[in-house]
Amino acid sequence: MNWITNYVRPTINSLFSRREVPDNLWTKCPECGTMLFHRELSENLNVCTGCDHHMALAPRERFEALFDGGIFAEIEVPAAVADPLHFRDQKKYPDRMKDARKKTGEKDAMLVVEGEIGRTSVVAAGQDFSFMGGSMGMYVGNAIIAGAERAVALKRPFILFSAAGGARMQEGILSLMQMPRTTVAVEMLREANLPYIVVLTHPTTGGVTASYAMLGDVQIAEPNALIGFAGTRVIEQTIREKLPEGFQRSEYLLDHGMLDRVTHRKDLREELITITRMLMGLPPAVMGELPKPDTNSKTDDQPDGTPAEDAKK
Amino acid sequence: MTHYLEFEKPLAEIEGKAEELRALARANEEMDVEQEAAGLDKKAATMLVDLYKNLSPWRKCQVARHPDRPHCKDYINALFKEYTPLAGDRNFADDHAVMGGLARLGDTAVMVIGHEKGNDTKTRIERNFGMARPEGYRKAIRLMEMADKFGLPIITLVDTPGAYPGKGAEERGQSEAIARSTEKCLQVKVPLISVIIGEGGSGGAVAFATGNKILMLEHSIYSVISPEGCASILWKDAEKMREAAEALRLTAQDLLKLGVADTVIKEPVGGAQRDRTAAIEAVGRALETTLAELLKKKPDALVKDRRKKYLDLGSKGLAA
Ligand SMILES: [Zn+2]
Repeated sequence: MNWITNYVRPTINSLFSRREVPDNLWTKCPECGTMLFHRELSENLNVCTGCDHHMALAPRERFEALFDGGIFAEIEVPAAVADPLHFRDQKKYPDRMKDARKKTGEKDAMLVVEGEIGRTSVVAAGQDFSFMGGSMGMYVGNAIIAGAERAVALKRPFILFSAAGGARMQEGILSLMQMPRTTVAVEMLREANLPYIVVLTHPTTGGVTASYAMLGDVQIAEPNALIGFAGTRVIEQTIREKLPEGFQRSEYLLDHGMLDRVTHRKDLREELITITRMLMGLPPAVMGELPKPDTNSKTDDQPDGTPAEDAKK
Repeated sequence: MTHYLEFEKPLAEIEGKAEELRALARANEEMDVEQEAAGLDKKAATMLVDLYKNLSPWRKCQVARHPDRPHCKDYINALFKEYTPLAGDRNFADDHAVMGGLARLGDTAVMVIGHEKGNDTKTRIERNFGMARPEGYRKAIRLMEMADKFGLPIITLVDTPGAYPGKGAEERGQSEAIARSTEKCLQVKVPLISVIIGEGGSGGAVAFATGNKILMLEHSIYSVISPEGCASILWKDAEKMREAAEALRLTAQDLLKLGVADTVIKEPVGGAQRDRTAAIEAVGRALETTLAELLKKKPDALVKDRRKKYLDLGSKGLAA
């Protein structure tokens, strides 16, 4: 990857953006009701400028903001068997898939990529809540495994942004089996001594929290994200009492010792750079203006895990 | 008293009639009802075979949840010697929904862990209907670690509607506890055999059932969500549980086809609840065979094979 891309982000962004421009240029914040202009909102990473409410951010948009120069390369994910159980509820599963693909422009609910953040090579995965509630099926499992394998091959940290209602019921037991499958992926990273960092975003519940999303070396959550195993309604029906304010929200989990940090979206990038570099045994990142690199230096593939700028010193 | 399921009503009538006749005969010595009663017995036996020959997925769910089915405790008491329960997660509490400890299967010392649902109102409440809290999973993790340290094979008996959806359970990290338990299953260098004896309810089951071999009783189920839950979400109508049970492919037979289950253990005619001893013995035999097979493998191979089993799973779908 070329250093110069740091300075041409706007053009690259527009090239990469596959999602349609929303018909409605204004979004109403569901928390405070402020009307937000779409450009202002996307520049603020979909965080309400009025009340700091963190709205959903699709993985592709998140990665454009996260990676240096908005540049990242997708990691190929082995295809999953389409409709393995021939599942049909009120609608056929393949039809639901078709709709979700059209709506999001994505293949499935997980995007895995590689690139540099603060000139630190990482592999990252982002779960897409707008794709069938981010639900975990065979493809999502394949994506996490592919990401972990790539991270191990390149000796890079793996950062995962979770967002899901849980397992994909339309894949029945095979969706449930993604719990052990993705845990095998986590084991690969553990054995290679590579950092596995989870950023929980709103909402992350069910089988997803009960597997890869709770197994990070470092567990970070965005503010006020709903994180839990069981649904609030199910719990209230079971225990027949009202749940306290803020129950199953990031700050509540932090108080109960279930998270390392709750971090505002605008600070996430810098925090991830800081943490991954320390865990990878790298010197502090050069934030801000970067020195002009040696034109002969190679800054992309670093199979030994040593970023090129450090190797030069 | 026999507890009849809804679809067993016609059977209940015939068996009830035979029982009444015999009761009458006991009261009146001159009455001879044996011929008539025997005829009814025969009719009932044929009906039982027919009813259980092709149980629909929803009926399987009902059988899997049958209150008279042998539960974890029954299997442990009957199949294992020197059972020594071990309690607590060393952190918060001892969860009675999960039982476990040292025991011998034949002469082999093992660690046995399972969900216990209880068998009457008092024990059901005590066992929280087999719905574990984080302490239960953390106790299991502790026992699995001990088994790993001392080279003891692990046998898990799975029978849970799911992990407990409670306030405290969430606050103490239900999802983290389940995730760590599944992770522990994948790490141990000893054989891990799981038997789904009744209900394999979602993540709460996976936490114990990530094994080298998954054995399922003929009428047990294993599912990502209960048919009732699935129906209310996808059909927006909890009464559509029959359709949901069908669509979810949760029977032992479907799971064998999908490669999730490795063996299906045959149940007595009319289900494990009709002949508990026979069902328990069948599980015992299957456990002995499977354990003997796994004990031949080296520790590293056990870990590698277990992980490969899960990585390869589902690559073909039902067509496989
Ligand atoms: Zn707002």
